Amino acid sequence: MSPDTLVMPGADAAGLGTTAERRAVIAQTGAVPSREWVIVTRGLTRLYDMGGETVRALRGVDVAIRRNEYVAIMGPSGSGKSTLMNLIGCLDTPSQGEYWLNGHQVSKMTDNELARIRNREIGFVFQTFNLLPRATALHNVELPLVYAGVGSAERRKRAREALDRVQLGERMLHRPNELSGGQRQRVAIARALVNRPSILLADEPTGNLDSGTSEEIMRVFGELAEQGQTVIMVTHEPDIAAHARRVIVLRDGLVASDDRYAAGDTSRRDGRGDPTPAAG
Amino acid sequence: MAAATPRRQPDNPVPIFEALRMALEQIRVQKLKSFFTLLGVTIGVMFLIAVVSVVEGMGNYMEHDIVGKIMAVHTVELRTRPDFNLGDVDDAMIADWRRRPRLTEEDLHPVVDGLPPSTRWYMMSEDQITIESPFARPRQVLTYAVTGDYFTIKSLGVVSGREFTNQELESGSLVVVIGQDVKDHFFPTVDPVGRSIRMAGVPYEVVGVAEKQGSTLGFSLDKFIIAPYRAPVHRLLNRDRGVIDAIVVQAPDDRILADAQEQMRQIMRVRRKLHPSQPDNFSLNTPEAALATWESIQKYLVIAAIVLPAIGLVVGAIVIMNIMLVAVAERTREIGIRKSLGARRSDILAQFLFEAAALSTLGAATGVGLGIILAQIVTKVTPMPVSIAPWSVWLSVSLGTVIGIVSGVYPATRAARLDPIAALRQE
Repeated sequence: MSPDTLVMPGADAAGLGTTAERRAVIAQTGAVPSREWVIVTRGLTRLYDMGGETVRALRGVDVAIRRNEYVAIMGPSGSGKSTLMNLIGCLDTPSQGEYWLNGHQVSKMTDNELARIRNREIGFVFQTFNLLPRATALHNVELPLVYAGVGSAERRKRAREALDRVQLGERMLHRPNELSGGQRQRVAIARALVNRPSILLADEPTGNLDSGTSEEIMRVFGELAEQGQTVIMVTHEPDIAAHARRVIVLRDGLVASDDRYAAGDTSRRDGRGDPTPAAG
Repeated sequence: MAAATPRRQPDNPVPIFEALRMALEQIRVQKLKSFFTLLGVTIGVMFLIAVVSVVEGMGNYMEHDIVGKIMAVHTVELRTRPDFNLGDVDDAMIADWRRRPRLTEEDLHPVVDGLPPSTRWYMMSEDQITIESPFARPRQVLTYAVTGDYFTIKSLGVVSGREFTNQELESGSLVVVIGQDVKDHFFPTVDPVGRSIRMAGVPYEVVGVAEKQGSTLGFSLDKFIIAPYRAPVHRLLNRDRGVIDAIVVQAPDDRILADAQEQMRQIMRVRRKLHPSQPDNFSLNTPEAALATWESIQKYLVIAAIVLPAIGLVVGAIVIMNIMLVAVAERTREIGIRKSLGARRSDILAQFLFEAAALSTLGAATGVGLGIILAQIVTKVTPMPVSIAPWSVWLSVSLGTVIGIVSGVYPATRAARLDPIAALRQE
């Protein structure tokens, strides 16, 4: 029996879809997924050539993610989660397979189109924050708008709004080295959100933060998810992954498990190894 | 680079202002490194500006002072030898000039009588002679003994007193017109008009003081005395009887001047009994000829003024390219971040090109400033005149921009091609 059938009925009421629906959309090779699917991958494969030896980082990953989902991608190192993250983030293109983002097939895109997708559809949050050290918080948040061609007055306004959203309106003229780790990560979140992306893509967002600050950042993610932001987070920490409502575990370049939990389910946050389904 | 595809909506490029702002910000935060980067371009441009200024200043001197002050417009001078020994002059030529027969008073009327009525002429002897006055120590002064339309042809005005009368010129009266410096030396506190100076013991009455002529190449043009040719002083200027230095003819325009010059040549050849195969043994000098000599030299000077600093600029370009390559390596992570936020290859390319161009233009602009200062120093410490040519300023600044762009292309292309994943992984 699929774990999905065991999930509380409320999940489907929120429009998250069933396993059957996911299987259906993945099975239709070459077809454009309907609007409610933000991400659909079909047999996503990524090969690397390492000194004549071919390394298969991803060996056919099938994932379907609906709008408004809050997903954690887990897996031991070498499982291919970083590779999947790079592909989903349009920083890389697959060797084989399809990747559909918002109804557009990313796997066929040119360099410039990928840049445009990164700019408009994806908001990155990195483990090491990746802020420009010499720029103020405000200017860092403005950067995606610069590449979107937004005029400077509008840019400033939207960057302020984004910083207000993460409670950093007071510190927007500070440089990253004048901010704490948690504040830096909140600047990065504001930067990720400023262009109203389809997905917020976080790579080990709490990896450089202490546990108190990690909780603070997870609270921000939770609020964003509540507000309807699609959030995808790569992490190897089970208690961080436990904040998500769906956990995809990769192992050896394949999806090992894909489990969903009800919102507010805190029973998994006790630090047991890999998260296990709520039942079964 | 930005190949349009049907699926893409029209993108706004990063505004130029934004790219420029990023570039200047980068220069601002790395002042010292920017300074060293720019040194080559700055020094190259500085010398370009300074050397071109000196060449221009010399050119202005030749055109303005030589033609306007020392010689006069539309004139031809009949002399034994050329005035300006610019160009290739070897010892044999100088020896040949020395052997030439001198001009004499007898040459004057045959030469000038047949000229068109619209022309004017004067005859002159000149030399440095010792002048005495009761008010100052004796001094050597360049003295001219003249007859004819000297004051008119030289456009020499008299600010105090008067010119010579025709009768004074005809009879060779003991009168002189003196330059401002002569007045200042010999009559520092009193009005010289009506007083006298002595030349070889003979007193000459000062009847006029000429208007100030200024100076050129550091030499004052106001140290002179003019006397009527027939006054006894001419025997001090040319000891051989009847020998003179020059017959000067002025025409109303260049065409008549050319005719007059040819006519003078033919008359002199007849008087000197020259066979058609023999060259002239006299010289007909025009300011235009002096100028043409200068212009042929100036061409080479301008080329040198551009080629020599160009070596500095090439070195500057290589330095900028290196520094930009280092900058790309150092800022790999920044490039990765920008790419992850949606910067296209062309955006990254433009950013680094702008940075190189802004850097280099700034260096060139600094060089222009320093070059102008250097030119001012040159004109203060040497007699050389300088003149800042606007074209050299524009050339330098545009050259700076072009050098920046050219030396930025390779580093910027490398930056633009970086793989975002690898760039983000960079520590």
